[in-house]
Amino acid sequence: MDEQPQAYRDPMSRTAVRQLLWLGAISVAAFIALMGALAWASSITGGSAIAGRAIDFDTGTITRALAQEPPQLDSTRATDSVSIFVLGHIMEGLLRYDASNRLVGGVAERWDIRPDGATFWLRDDARWSDGQPVTAHDFVFAWRTIVDPANASEYAFILYYVKNGEAINGGQMAPEALGVTAVDDRTLEVEFERPVGFFDKLVAFGVYLPVREDFYRSRNGRYAADTEDLLYNGPFMMTQWVHGAHLRMEKNPQYWNREEVRLNVIDMPYVTSDTTAVVNLFKDGSIVSATLGAEQLDDAMKLRWNIGRYSDGSVFYIDFNFRPERLTSNFHLRRALQLVNDSGELVNKVIALPGYLPAVSLFPVWLTGVEGPFRQEYPAPVVTPNLAAARQHLELAKQELGVTEIPPLVLLTGDAPIANKQAEYFQNLFTRTLGLEIRIDKQIFKQRLDKMTSGDFDMVAAGWGPDFADPLTFGDLYASWNGNNRGRYNNPELDEQVRIAQNSVEPRTRMDAFGEIQRILIEDAVQLPNYERGLVYVEDPRLRGVVHRSVGTDPDYSNAYLVENP
Amino acid sequence: MLTYTLKRVLQGIVTVWFIATATFIAMHAVPGDPLANQRATNEQIRQNLEQRYGLDRPVTEQYVVFLGGILRGDFGISFTQENRRVNDIIRESFPVSATLGILAIVFAAFGGVLMGALTALFRDRVPDLVIMFLVILGISVPSFVVAALSQLTLVDINTWLGFSLLPVAGWGTLRHMIVPSMVLGLGTMAYLTRLMRSSMLEITSADFIRTARAKGLPPSRIFLKHQLRNAVLPVVTVLGPAIAAITTGGFVVELVFAIPGLGRYFVEAVQQLDYTVIMGTTVFYGGFLVSMVIVVDLLYGWIDPRVRLE
Amino acid sequence: MSVAIRFSAADFEPAVAGDQLQTSSRPSLSYWQDSWRRLKQNRRTVGSLWAVIALGVLTVAGPWAWPVDPAVQDVDQISQAPAWPSSALIVPAYTPWAGITATPTRAGEVVANLRLAEPGSTQAVRLVWEPVAGAAGYVVYRSVYDTAPDRALGLPIGEVLGGDRVSFEDRLDLEPRGYWYSVVVVDENRAEQEAYAVLAVDLVRTVSAEEATLRGWVEEGAALALGDRIELPYHPLGTDYLGRDMLARLLYGARVSLFIGVVAPLLFVLVGVVWGSAAGFMGGRIDQLLMRIADFVIALPFLLFMILFKIAFGIGPGESGVFPMLVALVLLGWPSTARLVRGQILQVRQEGYIAASQLLGARTGYLVFRHMIPQTMGVILVTLTFAVPSAIFTEAFLSFIGMGVAPPTPSWGSMANEGIRTMLSHPHELLFPAVIISVTVLAFNLLGDGLRDALDVRMRGRE
Repeated sequence: MDEQPQAYRDPMSRTAVRQLLWLGAISVAAFIALMGALAWASSITGGSAIAGRAIDFDTGTITRALAQEPPQLDSTRATDSVSIFVLGHIMEGLLRYDASNRLVGGVAERWDIRPDGATFWLRDDARWSDGQPVTAHDFVFAWRTIVDPANASEYAFILYYVKNGEAINGGQMAPEALGVTAVDDRTLEVEFERPVGFFDKLVAFGVYLPVREDFYRSRNGRYAADTEDLLYNGPFMMTQWVHGAHLRMEKNPQYWNREEVRLNVIDMPYVTSDTTAVVNLFKDGSIVSATLGAEQLDDAMKLRWNIGRYSDGSVFYIDFNFRPERLTSNFHLRRALQLVNDSGELVNKVIALPGYLPAVSLFPVWLTGVEGPFRQEYPAPVVTPNLAAARQHLELAKQELGVTEIPPLVLLTGDAPIANKQAEYFQNLFTRTLGLEIRIDKQIFKQRLDKMTSGDFDMVAAGWGPDFADPLTFGDLYASWNGNNRGRYNNPELDEQVRIAQNSVEPRTRMDAFGEIQRILIEDAVQLPNYERGLVYVEDPRLRGVVHRSVGTDPDYSNAYLVENP
Repeated sequence: MLTYTLKRVLQGIVTVWFIATATFIAMHAVPGDPLANQRATNEQIRQNLEQRYGLDRPVTEQYVVFLGGILRGDFGISFTQENRRVNDIIRESFPVSATLGILAIVFAAFGGVLMGALTALFRDRVPDLVIMFLVILGISVPSFVVAALSQLTLVDINTWLGFSLLPVAGWGTLRHMIVPSMVLGLGTMAYLTRLMRSSMLEITSADFIRTARAKGLPPSRIFLKHQLRNAVLPVVTVLGPAIAAITTGGFVVELVFAIPGLGRYFVEAVQQLDYTVIMGTTVFYGGFLVSMVIVVDLLYGWIDPRVRLE
Repeated sequence: MSVAIRFSAADFEPAVAGDQLQTSSRPSLSYWQDSWRRLKQNRRTVGSLWAVIALGVLTVAGPWAWPVDPAVQDVDQISQAPAWPSSALIVPAYTPWAGITATPTRAGEVVANLRLAEPGSTQAVRLVWEPVAGAAGYVVYRSVYDTAPDRALGLPIGEVLGGDRVSFEDRLDLEPRGYWYSVVVVDENRAEQEAYAVLAVDLVRTVSAEEATLRGWVEEGAALALGDRIELPYHPLGTDYLGRDMLARLLYGARVSLFIGVVAPLLFVLVGVVWGSAAGFMGGRIDQLLMRIADFVIALPFLLFMILFKIAFGIGPGESGVFPMLVALVLLGWPSTARLVRGQILQVRQEGYIAASQLLGARTGYLVFRHMIPQTMGVILVTLTFAVPSAIFTEAFLSFIGMGVAPPTPSWGSMANEGIRTMLSHPHELLFPAVIISVTVLAFNLLGDGLRDALDVRMRGRE
């Protein structure tokens, strides 16, 4: 420690402090000046200023956060939920869902669905944003483009219901051979590959949107790259697209149903997916809605917000590996695991988020059966957790597999926080009840997909979201020919039922087949159902009429309106 | 000086080439299919996708194509954002990250130097203890916590005031820049404070300072011209890579404050195995880093004349 | 300043040749003895030394002193804050409830007679009400705050379809506290009525006898009657997001975190020092080459190469890859130290005494180790201080890609990472790991400072 006499030290330190304070003042000034300069510089390059308020009554504008830039607004190639959300507002297909979630006409005014085909009569006043009418040729062109293998559309399979769709996509026929024709400008004829009873529900799906050929070709490969590279026939049109920053939709004056559209502008800045940031923006009054995570629930209740919830339609479960060299191909081992699995405990205690439902079957609770809810007409066989029975099955498994102890099993999982919790929960559950050793293999997205495809797992935490509102979107998951059946489950009985469901038009026959599929999946312990996902959200009470759906455009602002004093 | 600079620039180019090649090899060695998606696709579509992205050609040919692209300044089209060119992505998000980063570094550098000098002057007295405590806190608390807490405090302040004093998230005006840049700079400021303190303590007890005092040099000249200037050297050394790191690695702050910067592309591109974005951002970052290092090294020679640059 | 000097006659005696004119005031000490003595004098350093020793003891003896398994999950006590021991009431085991249906007898907007079918407990809350004609279903809300007067109903926890179904069972995250349940009538367009029925409920913590025996909270064969109270396992620091004991996790986590947090920084600082001093001292081409390599390493994309390392080291799924992670951290972490050390060496290299020593025939190694590196001690210690938390958090980040410790093995960094998610609702999950990381950093920091003061050649001249 410095032992110089006081008198020597003081002038030095006094000067030093004075100089430091000067330097400090200069730095603060420099910092502010720098900020000003940079702010001016960035204002000339444009930013994503979430400067507006959530609702502007004078202009009829709302501000809504968008999770990211829509990667692909070409409807023939889009696959992700953000793009489909935007497309659902700026374009419209033959049929659509209305505010009460009923299937009503979109571009089509009347339609007739028969076992072997369908006819759609388009309305006269359906127009593109440049004033030209929407014609049957636009649908023909779009659908042909999707199945054209050169276009490499990942959702092409959904057009396999149309005659020759699969063959064209496999390269065996030309796109012109697709079973869809424009009889005239206003009439569309579709021929089915095999009987499809739910074609109306398929047609409401975003992939079936129309695209006008002359416009598409005129963009020289840049179709959907910017606002001027797209034509709009939906309730809104995109008027501003600052890549990486924000998107703006305005009411489409050419839309045939424009009286129903009451919002004028929807501003959508990109806000990256941090839940807290989005909720904070909502609290601050900058955006109009936010999804709540577990952290924000207490705050939401304290702030006395109106909290809503809806099911996003997806189901999550644990899949097994059925390849012959894997232990999980043994029925008794799977049954033992099934008998200790309690999805109620998982959802109610571990995940603990309202909106999540314990799953008991592959088919979620929102599916419609013949007339009412599918799960009411075909209740899933109940599996009650039974520890003693589980242990018996474990012993049988050991005998059949010829081992004294089951070697460690690998549970493949992802990096999302809920997936993490879930994996650790199952690891402990199986150890505690059955004495099994479970190793958690945490992989990020692409590596996980890779391992799933190559079969490098014993169990994997998986999920599936619906493409259209028919049980078939879940029902064919375990068919032996389905590429998405990563565990390679192979059961001729189930395959037979899937074929019945695919090829029959009679609702009762099809639903019976799905009921059978459900029974087989549970009795053969093909998967361990975990949860049906739902979301809780808050919305500005001055915004009404927003529709949330499990299948289809979600959320849907086409019928939304503003109320000044709720 | 000029020959030295030219030599360094040449070396820099070679370094960047090595970085690009190493990353290219690593990227292709890592398992995972960049084109794989949740929904399985059939063979034909698979092949067409590969053709579209140029992945059907042998790796060596892909490498040559990639190098050719770099020489033309074209990094290709992103795999995940199918209509965006990587050049555009970088061109749009880098200025945002750079602004955030520059402000953060300026904040960290000035704050660190000043506070470090203060602690050295008041060694073992109250200011020193307080600042050191804050420094320890600053480095052991994860940046996410600091960012989230500051955002929450902002929301509370805004609610209490009844109007929006500072925006809670987003980017675009001067008011948006204040809090995120300070939060981003805090970690580096703690580091620089510590560095500056240790450096100042050593200098203060050095012989030449004593000599200067003994010779009767006015304290003002000693402090500024000798003590501060010499002690600042390690800080300058660190600043080069720090600038590069902060401008491109402000991932957490950009996430919490919803700032459309470059940071998230570094992480997301690897997760999605978006080859073009990985290569584009890595080469860009490499070039940027190398340039910063050259600038800092030149600065070094200017500050301390004893250091001879060869 | 004048000083009075006193002279005496003895001062003017002639000196005698050969007297001991100069003696040492103290016994002669070696460098190390001297350093140790100076270390002991500095109280802050001694304190930090004790702290470091305490951490070591905690790591080794902790799990033995608090023998709770850190992997045991108690899903009924998830995210509990530190509190006094709690007890639970014994109740019958849970059986699924079929629910009740009843035909509506009256019309109206709101249900009547909303009540509990049985006393509310943390096992389940069963609500019953009287139906209303014209209802297509009912929505049940739950809040932890009073719903009056502004219809703040809280969280929608369930929906009942069908106007004649008049019961609802709630099992979602029930805690022993008060809740307000509200039931709202819904028409066929799924629109809710404004009016609502509300019921305030206070829950008691309960457990079934079977569950208690299964979990080992009571001995086998203990006579448990309904209505008895049993003590639940005590968690002095609370539990984490899966109901695991925080104290046990901290104690077990110390092993991995301290190992990584101390060994990794030491190693990569060592590598950095060697690299940087070689570059700084030798200068010229070698300097440029070494520094370019350092730049190269810094610019590599961290995440990508970590994944590569993970595969290269062949870490199987679910295995703890601590050693490969150590290697990876060292391989990617040394450049910043190297730059700093090189900078210092460049400064010191020009000093006069270096040239003098060289002329006197000193070898390079001697110069570097004995003279130059001690000059860089200050900078090295700063880097070490920062490397400790950085290594701990990098380890936590790596578990995100599946490298590092495999679950359920805890580590402070990953506990802090998980704690961030529930930072506002359950702060203790973040607080405890963060505090102990801070304490570790502080202890090593102060120790480093003290060591530098004791060992540093520049400070020695000032006594």
